[in-house]
Parts: sequence; structure tokens; C-alpha cells
Amino acid sequence: MVDTSVTLSGWRIDNPVIPASGTFGFGYEFAELYDINCLGSLAIKGTTAEPRFGNPTPRIADCPSGMLNAVGLQNPGVREVRERELPRLAAYFRKKVVANVSGFSVGEYEKTVEALSGEEQIGLFEINISCPNVHGGGMAFGTDPAAAAAVTEAVRRVTDKLVYIKLSPNVTDITEIARACEAAGADGLSLINTLLGMRIDLRTRRPVLANRTGGLSGPAVYPIALRMVYDVYAAVKIPIIGMGGVSSARDVIEMMLAGATAVEVGAANLVDPYVCRDIVEALPTEMERYGIRKLSEIIGGAH
Amino acid sequence: MEQKIFTVTENLPLTAAVYRMRLRGDTTDVQCPGRFVNLRIDGLYLRRPLSVCDAEGDCLTLIYKTVGEGTERMSRMAPGTRLDLLTGLGNGYTTEKSGPTPCLVGGGVGVPPLYLLCRRLRAEGKRPTVVLGFGRADEVFYAQEFRALGAEVVVTTADGSCGIRGFVTAALEGRTFSYIYACGPEPMLRAVYEQTACGGQYSFEERMGCGFGACMGCTCRTKYGNKRICRDGPVLEKEEIVW
Ligand SMILES: Cc1cc2nc3c(=O)[nH]c(=O)nc-3n(C[C@H](O)[C@H](O)[C@H](O)COP(=O)(O)OP(=O)(O)OC[C@H]3O[C@@H](n4cnc5c(N)ncnc54)[C@H](O)[C@@H]3O)c2cc1C
Ligand SMILES: Cc1cc2nc3c(=O)[nH]c(=O)nc-3n(C[C@H](O)[C@H](O)[C@H](O)COP(=O)(O)O)c2cc1C
Ligand code: FES
Repeated sequence: MVDTSVTLSGWRIDNPVIPASGTFGFGYEFAELYDINCLGSLAIKGTTAEPRFGNPTPRIADCPSGMLNAVGLQNPGVREVRERELPRLAAYFRKKVVANVSGFSVGEYEKTVEALSGEEQIGLFEINISCPNVHGGGMAFGTDPAAAAAVTEAVRRVTDKLVYIKLSPNVTDITEIARACEAAGADGLSLINTLLGMRIDLRTRRPVLANRTGGLSGPAVYPIALRMVYDVYAAVKIPIIGMGGVSSARDVIEMMLAGATAVEVGAANLVDPYVCRDIVEALPTEMERYGIRKLSEIIGGAH
Repeated sequence: MEQKIFTVTENLPLTAAVYRMRLRGDTTDVQCPGRFVNLRIDGLYLRRPLSVCDAEGDCLTLIYKTVGEGTERMSRMAPGTRLDLLTGLGNGYTTEKSGPTPCLVGGGVGVPPLYLLCRRLRAEGKRPTVVLGFGRADEVFYAQEFRALGAEVVVTTADGSCGIRGFVTAALEGRTFSYIYACGPEPMLRAVYEQTACGGQYSFEERMGCGFGACMGCTCRTKYGNKRICRDGPVLEKEEIVW
């Protein structure tokens, strides 16, 4: 028997597979298809202090080996998430979740985290300072080390739970931001969020997305994500949740060799709704194939 | 929703750009008119949504227009090709409120889902009128098939080369119906909405990421809050629509 469990800053999960924020709703659609308790955990849709409609449509565009999204953080707001979505999810999912939080000011991040901090159901906070699809805030915090540190410190002060900061790949040197978050008290890091991109409709000669630009994710970004996880692993001592294009058990293993302790799977859920279950099921076989008995032992193994 | 493998049995052009594809597989959850399937196409990342045109026994019929990479690839698929479909998506039309003389209004590739709906309405003994709107005579498809179901069929073309000249609304003028079922481009839906007094169900389209409610890619506003076209739609009741 192989051991697939991993530990994120003291929080042990059965396996490293976590559906990524924004690609798994609050879990119900998938709970209709399979028992989602097979997952290590799941990351809920990015939550803000107030409800948000998000961007106008079209919000989605197809790309070679990936997709663009400009959803713009549509979510029902923290109150609804705490009072309705989390209790509903608890009926299907016995494990703790990753609570993804976004904001437009340091105060908003604080407010949202504070409102959720008492929830038993939350294993860790994943603070999204990297959303490329909202104007004013969002990614701005993720592209400046001082701003990233300010959000980290503020959130750190208002919760005893684990705080992971989700980094943007849309920067010159991601390790600089990573180090700033570590120094400001982050327990860990999540990376990567989507890469800013665009598509143009040849017929209308206008951008396909109403927002003009959107975030690229899917297999197209995998090598970039892998390289960034590798670089950040070398630069910090805190654990990393790696993501970006992961679609198979082998991708999970490769991402862990680069330095990830756990792995999130995003866009792949949208085209293959069973993919996370299939990855969890395939992991033991793939581990045996590559002579791995204990998955946690391979973290950063490529360095 | 389910994920199923279907096999192409027929894939023929109905007009220069519109094709009918027939597939064999398990159709149990596509029997409701107005629902759609989401097809995986080799070489493309996202699936492509297509309405169920008909489902009977183990035969699923789709009608699609070649507008881009995905639908062009589909048009080249030979019988025997196996396709990965997510089935049973969307809410679909309901026939309870139709009354005895509903009108089904379809524009272009909004026509396909009305076929299964028309068949259901006929089976319930109702007397539907079907208004089919196209650009030109050589773009017209399925008028005969609807007639064969026993419906009154009115064709409109923008240039007058077949049927009534003008848009579908030209065929609605001066007539009253018990209910409206509409599917087509948004300007058509809106024109029908504004011109008719009775209630109705209108089917909308949006670019989709997943097609089953997970990504929030297809959200629209309604009088009853935000809805995902793929999961809470694509059919909306007239009274909830916000333009
Ligand atoms: C619920 C639903 C049911 C549908 N049913 C049918 C159907 O029965 N028959 C049919 O022919 N088409 C239908 N469509 C539209 C169909 O999904 C698109 O035409 C198809 O995805 C285009 O794929 P492509 O790769 O060929 O084109 P792309 O290369 O993706 O795009 C080419 C062009 O098509 C337009 N387009 C792309 N996707 C959509 C979309 N989802 N809605 C509207 N325009 C789009 C773009 O504006 C672009 O100009 C439906 C769409 C939805 C959302
Ligand atoms: C439709 C969609 C919505 C997303 N929404 C969020 C979000 O609300 N918060 C967040 O931190 N990341 C969001 N992301 C980013 C993903 O969580 C993930 O970081 C990124 O997509 C890379 O992983 P992937 O290539 O596996 O998709 C979203 C991605 C997609 C495709
Ligand atoms: S397309 Fe993903 S929620 Fe509708």
C-alpha cells in the first residue's frame, strides 16, 4: 500500500488533489456525479465581502490547450457563503475546505476572513491577490511585494487559521512576491493564478471576451506553472500548493517533484467533470510505476 | 448530467452550412425538449454545446451550423466516429402551460430544439404553429419535417426568397396564440417578446466553459436573481427575463 497523504502546515489531507477555486462551484454539481469525499479537499469559489455579479458576458473563450476566463469573481458574498453555501456543502463533503478569499482593499480582505474565521469547515484560507479579471484591486496586490505583504499581514492578524497567499504569474519575478509574503507571516503559498491573455473574433474584429482580456489556464500554462513552483520552492521555506494545467496523476507527481506539497486542478474539471476522481484513483498506480511509496517524500525531489 | 459515448451514424448537410448529425447511444436523459449536450471535439480544449433536436430510442439527432473550428471539425466526422458527450444539460421546455394553440418560433440554428418540443406537443394533442425564420431560401431547413408532425408551418426569409418576407415577427402579426416557445438569436427573442402578449418560454445562448453549472461563465440577470444559462436555463420564463 502506498501513502498518498500530505500535510499542509500541520493540516493533513488524504491525498494532494484539490479542485481549484472557481472551477468547482461549491461542489454540488460534482457531488451529483461522484462521491467528492475522495478528494483531498476542495477550494470554494473566490469570496468577497459583498455579493458580485462579475463581468459582462462573453466571459469564456477557447484557446489552444486551454481557455480564457473573465468571470470577474461572481459570488454571493461572504454572508451567503457562511450562512448558506458552507452548510449546504457540509451535507456532501465531510472534509475541510480551502476558503478562497478576494478583495479590493486590505480592509475588505480582513473583513471577509474575519467573517469566515470561526468556521470549523475551513482548513485554510487561500488569499487571492492575483485575480487578473477585476479592475481596481485583485491583481494589483499580487504584483507589488509591499502590497502583497500588507494584505498578508492584515489577514494574519485577524485569523488563527492557516493563511496561504495565492500568487499571480503576471509578474517579472514571482520569487520576490513569494518572499515578501513569507516574511509577512504567510503559512504557505498557492500558485499560479491565470495568465493574462486575449482572443479576437475574426468576424466581428473585436475581442471575444466582453472584458477584452481574461485569464489563461489549462494545459497550455502547465510548464510555466511548474517552473514557477520550482523557483518559489527554492526561494522560500513555507509549503506550496501548486496549480496550473494539472490534468493527470503524472502531472500531480511532476508538480510535487518541482516543490508542491498539494496540487489544485482547475480548468480540467470543466471539460472532464470526473478528472479529480480519476486522478485520485490513478495516483497509487502511478506512484508504484515511479517507485514512490510515500508521496510526501517526493516534494521538491527535482531540486 | 452524465458523460456518455455516442457513435455517429449519419452526418449530412441540410444546407450549405447546416448539418444534421445522428448518433447512437443512451438517450435516457436527453428526452426533455430544450436540453442540450456538450461535445468533446478532438483538438479543441472546451466542449461545444448543441441542443437536442430529437431523441428517440437509441438515436440522438443534432443540427449544427458550421461557424468555426469546432463545428467545421464536426462536419468532417465520418459515421462510426465515437464522441464523448455530457448529456442531460439544462432545464428544457415544459409543455404544461402551452394551452391548445402554442406558437413555436425559431431563428436559424434556434430551430433544432423546437423539433422535439413540437413532437411532444403533437403527442399531447395540441395544435402548434411553427414559425421558422431564415436569411434566404437556400438556408431553409426542416420546414417539411415540422409539417410531417402535423404542425402549421410558416417560413419567413429576410430577403423574401421563400415564404413571408421579413423577420419571424412578420408572421406573428395579427395572430393570437395560447403560448410562445422561442429559440434563436437574442434580437429575435426580444422582438418576439415585445410583439406577443401571451406568456412563453425563451431559450438563450451564452458562451460556456463547463455547461453544467461549475464555472459561472454563462451567468445572466433575471428578475429572480442571477442565473446560469447552462444550468438554470437555457430556457427562461417570459416574466423573469431582463433584457
Ligand atoms: C445551450 C446552447 C445550445 C446550442 N445549440 C445549438 C444548435 O442546436 N445548433 C447550432 O448550430 N449551434 C448551437 N449553439 C451554438 C454553438 O454552441 C456554437 O455555434 C458552437 O459552439 C461554435 O463552435 P465553433 O468551434 O464552431 O466556433 P468558435 O470558433 O468557437 O466560434 C465561431 C463563431 O461562433 C460564435 N459562437 C461560438 N460559441 C457560441 C455560442 N455558445 N453561442 C453563440 N455563438 C457562439 C462566435 O461568436 C464566433 O463568431 C448552441 C449554444 C448553446 C449555448
Ligand atoms: C472559470 C475559472 C474561474 C476561476 N475563479 C477563481 C477564483 O474565484 N479565485 C481564484 O483564486 N482563482 C480562480 N481561478 C483560477 C484557478 O483557481 C487556477 O488558479 C487557475 O485556473 C490555474 O489552474 P488550471 O490551469 O488548472 O485551471 C479561476 C479559473 C477559472 C478557469
Ligand atoms: S458554462 Fe459553466 S456555469 Fe454555465
